[in-house]
Amino acid sequence: MSAALIGLSGIERIFQLGDSEVHALRHLELRIDAGEYVAVMGPSGSGKSTLLNLLGLLDHPNTGTYRLEGRDVTTLSLDEQARVRSERIGFVFQSFHLVPRLTAAENIALPMTLAGIDPAQRAVRVTQALKDYGLSDRASHRPNELSGGQRQRVAIARATIMQPAMILADEPTGNLDRATGEDVMRLLEELNRHGVTLIVVTHDAVLGARARRQLLMEDGELRHDSARQASNA
Amino acid sequence: MFLVSWWFAFLFRIMRAPDLIRFARDAATGNPLRTSLLVLAMAIGVAAVVVLTALGDGARRYVVGEFSSLGTNLVIVLPGRSQTGGFNPGNAITSTPRDLTIDDAQALLRASAVHRLAPLAIGTSEISYGGRLREVMVAGTTADYTKVRNLKLAQGRFLGEGDWRRGAAEAVIGARVRDELFGAEAALGQLIRVGDRRFRVVGIMASTGQGLGMNTDELVIVPVALAQAMFNSNTLFRILVEANGREAIEAAKAQVTEIVKQRHEGEEDVTVITQDAVLATFDKLLGALTLAVAGIAAISLAVAGILVMNVMLVSVTQRTSEIGLLKALGATGATIRNAFLTEAAMLSLAGAVLGYLLGQAGAALIRQLYPVFPAYPPDWAVVAGLGTALLTGILFGVLPARQAARLDPVQALAKR
Ligand SMILES: Nc1ncnc2c1ncn2[C@@H]1O[C@H](COP(=O)(O)OP(=O)(O)OP(=O)(O)O)[C@@H](O)[C@H]1O
Ligand SMILES: [Mg+2]
Repeated sequence: MSAALIGLSGIERIFQLGDSEVHALRHLELRIDAGEYVAVMGPSGSGKSTLLNLLGLLDHPNTGTYRLEGRDVTTLSLDEQARVRSERIGFVFQSFHLVPRLTAAENIALPMTLAGIDPAQRAVRVTQALKDYGLSDRASHRPNELSGGQRQRVAIARATIMQPAMILADEPTGNLDRATGEDVMRLLEELNRHGVTLIVVTHDAVLGARARRQLLMEDGELRHDSARQASNA
Repeated sequence: MFLVSWWFAFLFRIMRAPDLIRFARDAATGNPLRTSLLVLAMAIGVAAVVVLTALGDGARRYVVGEFSSLGTNLVIVLPGRSQTGGFNPGNAITSTPRDLTIDDAQALLRASAVHRLAPLAIGTSEISYGGRLREVMVAGTTADYTKVRNLKLAQGRFLGEGDWRRGAAEAVIGARVRDELFGAEAALGQLIRVGDRRFRVVGIMASTGQGLGMNTDELVIVPVALAQAMFNSNTLFRILVEANGREAIEAAKAQVTEIVKQRHEGEEDVTVITQDAVLATFDKLLGALTLAVAGIAAISLAVAGILVMNVMLVSVTQRTSEIGLLKALGATGATIRNAFLTEAAMLSLAGAVLGYLLGQAGAALIRQLYPVFPAYPPDWAVVAGLGTALLTGILFGVLPARQAARLDPVQALAKR
C-alpha cells in the first residue's frame, strides 16, 4: 500500500455572509495517496473549489486537521505554508492566470524566480519545459499573443517547473474547446503517469470518468467516493 | 552585494534582488500613464527644491561676493564708539567725539599685523570742465587705496606715493564722470576744477557697474590732505586697513584699537569692524532664507509622497488577481511587500533623478539669463531633496505594499 499524501479529518469550512452562514465543507474525511488521479465532481456551489483551495493551502478549515505528507499543515505559519506551496503544490486554473506583461518563458519561470533560484538553473529548466510542452517557438510571446490551449500549456509548465508532489487543477479545460481540452488533459495525465498526484475539479462527466477515482460533492459533503465504494463492495 | 543577496535567497528562499528589481520595473512600465504621472509629481517636487535653493543660495553668494569685492582681509576703522560692538548699521551715523586724523592713520602702519592701509575722507563738491558742471562725490585717499579695495584702473595711473599731509593736485575720476564731463574727448592730462581747486586728471577708474560695494563710477578721487582742506575738516570718514592675512585679521583689529586708544589719551573712541563680521551676518541671514525656501519646496515632495501612496493603492486593487497568483505560486507576504516597495522606490528614484536634472537645467537657465547671479543649488539641498524624495516614496509605499501582502489569496484569485 502506498503512502498517504493527503489526510483530511473532521474538516469544516464555514463562510460568514452577514447573518447567514454558508457551510461550504461539512465533516469531510478524505485520504488521497501519492500518485493518485482523482476527479472532483458535483453541482455548482457544492464546495469543489473550496476543497481544492484547502488542499492547496490557500484556504484554511474552521475545524479539522489536514496532514500533507504526514505533517499537520494547518498549524504552519503563513511563510511555511508559502514554502510548501512553492515546493510541493502546482496550481492550474480555469482562466489560466498568466501575468500579462511577462513572456511565456518568464511566466513559466515565475515560481523559480519567487523561490530565489539562480538564473542559470532557471534558464535550463525553462528551456526544457518549453520543449516538453511544444512551446519553444513561443518563448518570448506574451499571453495575449497565445491561443487558449497554448496559454494553458504555459500554465501547466509553470505548475510543474518546481517538480511538485501534486497538481491541483480547477476546471482546467473550462475555457477551452473540446479538442484543446482533450490535449490539456492528456498532458496532465502524462504527468500523473510519471508519479505526480493529480486532482482535477470538473463539471464534465466524460472527463471525470477518465480519472481512476471520482469524488462526488454535494452541498459541502462528500456524497460518493468511487474508491470507497469499490472497497465496500 | 550580489553574493550576499544570493545567500539570502538560498537560505530563506526569497526573491533575488535583481529579479525583484526587474519584476518591479516591468510592473511599472506595464502601466505607462500611472508611472509617468508619479515620476512627474516626484520630479516637480525635487526640481522645485533644486531651483528654489539655487535662487536662495545664489542670493547669498551674490551678496557675499559683493562684500568680498570691497577688499580682502579688510579691517575698517570708523570714528565714534559703538555701544554694542560688532556690526550695526547705526555705526555709520555716530557722532565724532575726537577726530580720526591722517596722523592716526599713519600711526597704524606701525602695527605688525597691518599690511597696508588707506585713509578715506568723503564729501561732495562741484566739478567742472569746459563749462560743464556736475555735483560729485569726492573721496580723499592715498596711493594704496586701489590695492586695499581691489580696484582697477581703465587708464593712466592712481594717486602717487608721497607725503600724506600734502599731496599733488592730481585727480583720478570714475568712468561715469569721465563720460559725462569729457564725452568723446581724451580726459587724461586735462585740468578740471573741483570746488575752488584745479586738478590734473592722471587716471580713470575701471567701471565697476552696479553692485553692493561702493561704486567708483561717479567718484572723483584726490589726495586725502587736499580733500580735507576742501571740506575744511580734519577728520577721516574711514580708515581701510588690510591685514597681513586671514589669520591676522583679529590681531590687526586688536592692534589698531590699541594704537588709536593710546593716541586718543586712553579713550576708545573709534569703532573697528572686520569684514568677516559683516559677512557672517549676511551669510547667516541669507542661509536661513535658503533653508526656509527649501522647506517650502519640500512640502511639494510630501504631496508627491501622498500621490505615490494613492497610486500604489490603486495599483494594488488593479493587480489583486496577480497578487493572488503570486501567493499560489509560493510567494511569501514579505516577497509581495518587497515587490511593491521596490516599485515605489524605483518610481521615486526615477522621479528624483529626473527632477534633479530638470532643476539643474532650470538653475542653468537662470544663470544664462542673469549672468551676475550665481544660481547654483547647494550640495546639501541636492542631497536633502533626493533623500526626501526617496524616503517619502518608500514611506508612502509601505501602506500599499502591506495591503498587498495581506490579501487573502483565494479572494484575490477569484477577482477578475
Ligand atoms: N469567500 C466566500 N464567502 C462566502 N461564501 C463563499 C465563499 N467562497 C465560496 N463560498 C460559498 O461556498 C459554497 C461552495 O463554493 P465553491 O466555490 O467551492 O463551489 P464550487 O463547487 O466550486 O462551484 P462551481 O462549480 O460553481 O465552481 C458556495 O455556496 C459559495 O457561495
Ligand atoms: Mg468552483
